[in-house]
Amino acid sequence: MINKLDDALRFQQTALSLRAARQELLASNIANADTPNYKARDINFASALKNALAGTSTELPTVQTSPMHLEGNAGGSILGAPAMYRQPLQPSADGNTVDMDVERAQFADNALRYEASVMFVNAKLKGILTAIQGQ
Amino acid sequence: MSLFNIFNVAGSGMAAQSQRLNVVASNLANADSTTSANGQPYRAKQVVFSATPVEGGAQGVKVTAVVEDNSPMKMVYDPKHPMADERGYVAMPNVDVVGEMVNMISASRAYQNNVEVMNASKTMLLKTLTIGQ
Repeated sequence: MINKLDDALRFQQTALSLRAARQELLASNIANADTPNYKARDINFASALKNALAGTSTELPTVQTSPMHLEGNAGGSILGAPAMYRQPLQPSADGNTVDMDVERAQFADNALRYEASVMFVNAKLKGILTAIQGQ
Repeated sequence: MSLFNIFNVAGSGMAAQSQRLNVVASNLANADSTTSANGQPYRAKQVVFSATPVEGGAQGVKVTAVVEDNSPMKMVYDPKHPMADERGYVAMPNVDVVGEMVNMISASRAYQNNVEVMNASKTMLLKTLTIGQ
């Protein structure tokens, strides 16, 4: 029974944690809008969600043949999805690739979709509750 | 919990931008200071930002240095000035007032952006608390 409840909520739960992680990444981009040589990053949400649900990771681990070797995940990853560098449309002279219009739009979009997911979870819970009470 | 991390990221951005604003204020206030603590005319200062990792993989901002502008001083002819040299020129600070005004607007807009980010995250967190109600 508990498993079924888990299954019912798993999709939105995964989506919510991915949305929250992506929001953090976008917040980093906005905070570093004036940092020289900072490269804006984002994740491909669709493939990240697909992989997170399937429990697979698209990361290719670096082979370490010596304990002195570094891990080699310089780009960083979010829940197994690699954080990719944005292709700048108008690169600036200081090497910074943050485009504030893009970042702000994505930030607002992501926040809205996060809240939508919260509403879906709520609706699902209400449905489950109705089924339990059987009224 | 990554939503709480956004407060750290946006907070570091706000701290960095306010330090930049502080330096701009210092430059503008001292645009005519012909002497400073070391006896030389005031030199314009600039902050150096660098991305710094915060807990959880995100990147915050840190002011790593405040550097002095090494461009030459503005030489103004004013023989009556007490700091004038033998040819009657006074070394005025190398503050680019117009550039500093632009810098000020940019810093305040960037600060506002970070405030918006923080507010959006707060709304999201509050919305999360309504799950199951």
